[in-house]
Amino acid sequence: MRTDVMTSEAPADLAGLTGKRFSLRPVDYLWWALLLGGFGFVYLNYRHNLNGYEWIIFSCSTLALGYAGTAWTEFRRLLLIVAVLALLSIQLYDATLARAGERFLLQYFLASQSAVMWMSFLFVLATLSYFFALFTGSAFSAAVGTGLTWTGAAMGLTGLLVRWHESYLISPEMGHIPVSNLYEVFILFCVITAIIYLYYERRYRIRALGGFVLLVISAAVGFLLWYTFDRGAHEIQPLVPALQSYWMKIHVPANFIGYGCFSIAAMLGLAYLARGDDANPRPLLARLPVRAEIDDIMYKAIALGFAFFTVATILGSLWAAEAWGGYWSWDPKETWALIVWLNYAAWLHMRISRNWQGPAMAAWAIIGLFVTLFAFLGVNMFLSGLHSYGEL
Amino acid sequence: MLGFLGSMNLAVTLLVALALASVIGTILKQNEPYQNYIVKFGPFWHGIFEKLGLYDIYSSSWFILILAFLVTTTSICLYRNTPRILASLKQYREDMLEQQLVNMADHSRHRTSVAHDEAVATLAHSFRSLGFRTRTKRHGETTTVAAMKGAANRYGYLFTHCAVVIICIGGFLDSNVPLKVRTLQGSLQAETREIPVSRIPDRSKLPVDNSSFRASVSIPEGRATRAAFVNLGAGYLVQPLPFTIQLEEFRVEHYPSGQPRSFESDLVIQDGSQRIEQTIAVNHPLSYKGYTIYQASFGDGGSELDFKLHDLASAAVLDHSLKVNGDLVLDHNGVAYRLEMDEFRKFNIFANEDPAIDKKFRDFGPSVNFKVRLKDGRANEYLNYMYPITLEGREFLLSGVRSSLEEDFRYLHIPADDEGSPGRFFSLLNLLHDDARLRRIYAAGQSALLPGNSVDGNITEQDVGNVTLRLIRLFLDGGFPMLQQQIDPAMDEDTARTVNSASMKILRFGLEQAYTASLGDAGLDVAEISERDIQFLNDAIVTLSALHQYGFPYYLQLTGFEHVESSGLQIARAPGAKWVYLGFGLLILGVFFLFYVPHERLWAVIKPAGTGSEMVLAGARTRHSRDFSRYFEQISRTIERSFPAN
Repeated sequence: MRTDVMTSEAPADLAGLTGKRFSLRPVDYLWWALLLGGFGFVYLNYRHNLNGYEWIIFSCSTLALGYAGTAWTEFRRLLLIVAVLALLSIQLYDATLARAGERFLLQYFLASQSAVMWMSFLFVLATLSYFFALFTGSAFSAAVGTGLTWTGAAMGLTGLLVRWHESYLISPEMGHIPVSNLYEVFILFCVITAIIYLYYERRYRIRALGGFVLLVISAAVGFLLWYTFDRGAHEIQPLVPALQSYWMKIHVPANFIGYGCFSIAAMLGLAYLARGDDANPRPLLARLPVRAEIDDIMYKAIALGFAFFTVATILGSLWAAEAWGGYWSWDPKETWALIVWLNYAAWLHMRISRNWQGPAMAAWAIIGLFVTLFAFLGVNMFLSGLHSYGEL
Repeated sequence: MLGFLGSMNLAVTLLVALALASVIGTILKQNEPYQNYIVKFGPFWHGIFEKLGLYDIYSSSWFILILAFLVTTTSICLYRNTPRILASLKQYREDMLEQQLVNMADHSRHRTSVAHDEAVATLAHSFRSLGFRTRTKRHGETTTVAAMKGAANRYGYLFTHCAVVIICIGGFLDSNVPLKVRTLQGSLQAETREIPVSRIPDRSKLPVDNSSFRASVSIPEGRATRAAFVNLGAGYLVQPLPFTIQLEEFRVEHYPSGQPRSFESDLVIQDGSQRIEQTIAVNHPLSYKGYTIYQASFGDGGSELDFKLHDLASAAVLDHSLKVNGDLVLDHNGVAYRLEMDEFRKFNIFANEDPAIDKKFRDFGPSVNFKVRLKDGRANEYLNYMYPITLEGREFLLSGVRSSLEEDFRYLHIPADDEGSPGRFFSLLNLLHDDARLRRIYAAGQSALLPGNSVDGNITEQDVGNVTLRLIRLFLDGGFPMLQQQIDPAMDEDTARTVNSASMKILRFGLEQAYTASLGDAGLDVAEISERDIQFLNDAIVTLSALHQYGFPYYLQLTGFEHVESSGLQIARAPGAKWVYLGFGLLILGVFFLFYVPHERLWAVIKPAGTGSEMVLAGARTRHSRDFSRYFEQISRTIERSFPAN
């Protein structure tokens, strides 16, 4: 017997639980108005500068940022601050690149190179704060760590946007989105990893893990600084013909969401192993969440990373079909992307179907980072191929 | 058997095996000429590696076998699980009873004053408002409300696994595996010789209607082709095309910094009476009747170069012209030199390092690269610039030389005259080779040397002439070091220094006199020799002293060129692409369904309790169990609050 009854109304509270995601507050309307206003401004003033594909990308990113900003107000705050700083820098530059050395605010704060230096400094400081909090239990220090991470992400993102503008100031034909070489993507990596971590931090209340995650960001910062001062990699270079495509705007960021997630997962794996058993944890690390919780977030990070890495690899393949004449050429970079993909596919299979957990999976996540690192850096350093855009 | 083939362990093993095999292919450079491998690994390992197919690993039989296994395993998984999954999407499990719910990890118990029927209706509605679909079933006194959400999650499994199978099959359609098979059967044989297409035998030709290939071809400007080439193993196959591709023009545009900004080819496709003109560029291919034509590379299409060869040992000047990639044999005093023209560059844009010039980048103009090979095979490589380059305010014609690719070029700086040509330098050099003329010059000029600058009062005029000439000869044969070697090692230091400085003076005198005479020959007023003319001589002396190391008895002066470029095209037909792209779509959809649409179930068992009811709630999610516990708690708290307690 089956009786579907639809008589009475649902209790009001339950409806609230359901509709929570979709109910907009006045400030959300303001946010959308601002965002769409910006979109309209770009349409009115620059519509001829974007081709059809770029319009699709621009529209989708506007919607995605709008949605993310509605669902996550801290992220919205970040976007707004970055927008204000970027617009301020445009004002200060006044269409002349030389202003970078003339105006105080640009020279010490907003010029892309300065902003990136601030980002580097803030991320390292955040790492120290988080670890201090972990070792001493100081809630204040942990909150400072969070604040510094947000600020670092803001400066990094500002640096990237300002750099984008600067590339056009050098000469309009040089202008391009700053995701074209190793230096630029390292900044992107730091920013994206920080933001994804902050999302998990808020959602799962895992400030104690901040130090471990920021450790990988600090390592990236270390590389960035070496790359800047030893190799002068911060100079803006023109785009080689193979990279002059709208695909780059989506392929690279998607990839770095993947890389960022895999890095976070690896650092959680490290925390998992370092922590010791739930029953008798290492004294200094006793404030870390219990193993099951770390494991859960590690799984989520890998799942998110895997999803975006899949998208990124597919986008790369579609781009390759357009630029190199084949969607798959077994080029070293492509092949290593496949290896990374296979590795995490295997990890996820064991986790999902076999429900494997424990130290072995944590160790596998750490090994995964080395595989990813090789795909990201090692291929450029040791193997030659079509993909050699960031040589050391 | 089916159980083993469809097992998760096998699948994961295959994933890992595939990853490891792929690693080999990236470490060992694929599809290089076999010669390179033999040099690298030696004949023994080369033989083994070749047998294992390591040089073209991704189409080797064992690699394909792993892929085939992976496809089989995945297919069997799909075959076994699909019916179960589809069935489970229809099963709400409305037969669940109180005891079963209480056994679940996430459950809660509530009492309310609301009567049974109304409670059932309200709960079912609540579940629906959360996005669940519900089934309600009465079991005597009690009623079970079963709810389910997120069917897409289960489709995620189907989509991702279907995608893997579809992508592999699509990729197989476009791979060169069928060619390998035909080669093994003997019906196809890769050509390894460099011969014209017309002479290539049919067994190395693919059918014109071949539906899947990836071929490449290089077309010089103004030329056309009806065939392209498919690389296979150590050789190639000819892929005839049903239309003609003509290259009208190839262009490279540069950034101000000299890096290339775009590579473009103006193509004309002639297909019967149909004619299509289109410009292609990197990232902007041309699609025509299922053929896609890509800008892949570029090179020299046989530029015609005109040049003068200045004999460095006599006054002779030879006029020649040669195409890029052409060669020329020169006989110089019985020694044969083969000149191989390697490369012509129209632009040479480098960062400016001269502070006197206010520019970030400079174009150093056209240049040629050529090799000069001796009979025994040894060769020097040369890089000559067509126009003079300004250095410290003076102009020089640069000619770089190196004896191996690992070295940097060492440059000969030939001072350029006011016309920017090496004319003045060579007239000086010619004069220096003319003994009779030099004797006359020195006879006339020695009075200038003798009175004040006498080394030794007893030297005769004749001696001065002879000594000067001898020093000039030594200097041209071996530069300054040669002069040093002439000094008797037995001499004490002071005397040696005196002799050395004397011979330097005489050499300088001899060179100055010759230079003055050569200026006179060119019609200049010898009385008004300027600062610049003296600087020219100083620069010329440096060059003359290095000339003996040049390794080629001629200086090649590029005088004219007709630049012909060639464009490297890639032409492909990929019938599997649409399947692969379908697979891509399914994969993305599937992955997001799997991870971001959770499959959730809720149950409520409602039984009458007095005038009100007692409700037991339970729920489960396929994954994310910790999150779900929180979510379930939220639901049960809300239910607790919203139903009036009894």
